[in-house]
Amino acid sequence: MRKKDKKQLIKIIISAVALISVALTEHLDLIPKLIYLNGFDLQSLLLYMIPYLIVGGAVLMRAARGILRGQMFDENFLMSIATIGAFAISEYSEAVFVMLFYSVGELFEHVAVNKSRGSIKALLSIRADTAFIENDDGELVEIPCEQIRIGDVICVKPGGKIALDGEIIEGSSSVNTVALTGESLPRDVKEGDTVLSGCVNMQDFIKIRVTKLFGDSTVSKILQLVESSVENKSKSENFITKFARFYTPAVVGAAVLLAVLPPLIIGADSLAVWQNWVGRAMTFLVISCPCALVISVPLSYFGGIGSASSKGILVKGSSYLDALAKCDTVVFDKTGTLTEGNFTVTNIKTKGIDRAKLLSLASSAEKYSTHPISLAIITAANAEICATGHEATEIKEVSGRGVKALVDEKLLLVGNAELMRENNISLPSDILAERGVTVYVAHGGEYLGAITVSDRPKQKATSALAKLRKLGVKRTVMLTGDRAAEAKLTASELGIDEYHAELLPADKVTAIETLLQKSKNGANVAFVGDGINDAPVLARADVGIAMGALGSDAAIEAADVVLMNDDLDRIGDAILLAKKTRRIVIQNIVFALGVKAGVLALGALGLVGLNVAVFADVGVAVIAILNSMRALK
Amino acid sequence: MKKTFTLDEVDCANCAAKMEVAINKIEGVSSATVSFMTQKLTIEADERDFDKILKAAQKAIRKIEPDCRIVID
Repeated sequence: MRKKDKKQLIKIIISAVALISVALTEHLDLIPKLIYLNGFDLQSLLLYMIPYLIVGGAVLMRAARGILRGQMFDENFLMSIATIGAFAISEYSEAVFVMLFYSVGELFEHVAVNKSRGSIKALLSIRADTAFIENDDGELVEIPCEQIRIGDVICVKPGGKIALDGEIIEGSSSVNTVALTGESLPRDVKEGDTVLSGCVNMQDFIKIRVTKLFGDSTVSKILQLVESSVENKSKSENFITKFARFYTPAVVGAAVLLAVLPPLIIGADSLAVWQNWVGRAMTFLVISCPCALVISVPLSYFGGIGSASSKGILVKGSSYLDALAKCDTVVFDKTGTLTEGNFTVTNIKTKGIDRAKLLSLASSAEKYSTHPISLAIITAANAEICATGHEATEIKEVSGRGVKALVDEKLLLVGNAELMRENNISLPSDILAERGVTVYVAHGGEYLGAITVSDRPKQKATSALAKLRKLGVKRTVMLTGDRAAEAKLTASELGIDEYHAELLPADKVTAIETLLQKSKNGANVAFVGDGINDAPVLARADVGIAMGALGSDAAIEAADVVLMNDDLDRIGDAILLAKKTRRIVIQNIVFALGVKAGVLALGALGLVGLNVAVFADVGVAVIAILNSMRALK
Repeated sequence: MKKTFTLDEVDCANCAAKMEVAINKIEGVSSATVSFMTQKLTIEADERDFDKILKAAQKAIRKIEPDCRIVID
């Protein structure tokens, strides 16, 4: 609690005690009435003024200063008028109670807002503001990161945060990206590796040559993005701001009419009737501040965005959070998004030879090649630890076909069906029609087997897609440059509803546009890609989601929602969070407006007094704030 | 160009909203946002007018919340 708030709390307690004492003495006639003014009980008024001024003095002061600045509709002013009005119609204890309750509510609001500001800050406290550098005497000195230039060398102790992006020049260690990606995943790093700011150094002392200024470093970029997300306000937020501008003057206007018109119409001639209507008008004034909405709606969104970023999901504004909540179509780029993005051996068929031997033979011929397919075969061979290392000589590449070589003085062929046909190798018929690229192996004129190399779907892809469906995504679409047969296979394997194959980059934009046209009833289309090759598509979709964007400025720039790692599950997490946030916002709007409208109506009818009205004002605000703090979790 | 400033002591959310409206009305401001949560003011305007706009913005803010000021660092 801040000092200011503590002081206010003390005032509230003193005032409450004073109010109770005054009310008791008045009720039980403990003090004889001594002060009268023309028969008017001035003593009561003076006694009640004590607790009123203790807690409300500051409000009155602020109201007076507000009037001088021409701020008629500020809440201090309205609260002052309402309570002074209550005094005027001799409702002393009520006037004090309203002021007291209002102050309690205000205090609570301040504390709650500060608390959630604090928790958002804590969520985002991934940046180190200082770094250690070695001075001329070899001692470590801590200096502010702003002073560090590109090319400087910073030292990071075990357990310390890496403050700026750079390259390791000395030492090796393991770093954890948990603060950036929301997922604890230690990664081994050594000399020459690039490390990102925001990572925690887990093991050993390392020295890093800085490659980016503090302001341009990954962690600063992320923080900037989250902070500036408040600029992209959602429709609900803009609605509340606009609503607030008209709400207060309208309610105050209604209060004036309520105080004056009905008594005039019924031709009231007694003071009591006038007092009654003025009393009703006062309840209006107390409810006329739209605080509950003005605080709680942005707070909910900001909580949602803060909570998302702690999971490695960066949302560039509450408008995108809303858009995510309303997605019913999710479009995926295939390579690198749904699939691993690199080739691996996915199937091996052999004929009269064991797996390891086949791989060993194939890799011996491929050993000088840098083609992704060859690399996949070599990796697989190394993984199986082939004991029978074959030595290939006279390796020759046959362009577009494969490789020829000599092993044990016999011709080894590793390549596609075309290569086999040219060399009169007959292939079994059951190995076609499979995903990926099939490489055949023949040795000494005899077919030995086939190795299939393909880009595998990510392990979590199927479950992630099922999760999306559970969250109300009606249609999943895959866009790819691959052959139709291949696309079909992946789509059916993952349970994707629709696929578009053989697309050039420009065709992907057209495909998204068609999908956008087809989407109905304000439902949104999200596109998920890696953010590097598909920036135009990301920009075109209602929500562009870039995956695995850690360290890629281009992807962070292009997307509306940035997933720091390439975990497909995060898309569902993001939608879930967006829906939760939106639900909280709607609850708050409906609850606050409902209670206010209800109390306004009852107040106009004279059924409720000031105590209920002040609850409808600050009580509702506090409840709405507490509700919106749920978005943080 | 776009610049962000910290606001000291924004005490009420409604005031923040009012400040935003007032600053957007200042001549030369193409867009401005005031965030109650982050206590930040962002102004987008022509570089040459910035000093003038900042003064006008401070004045507008004072009028709404007398204790609130723009922190210029």
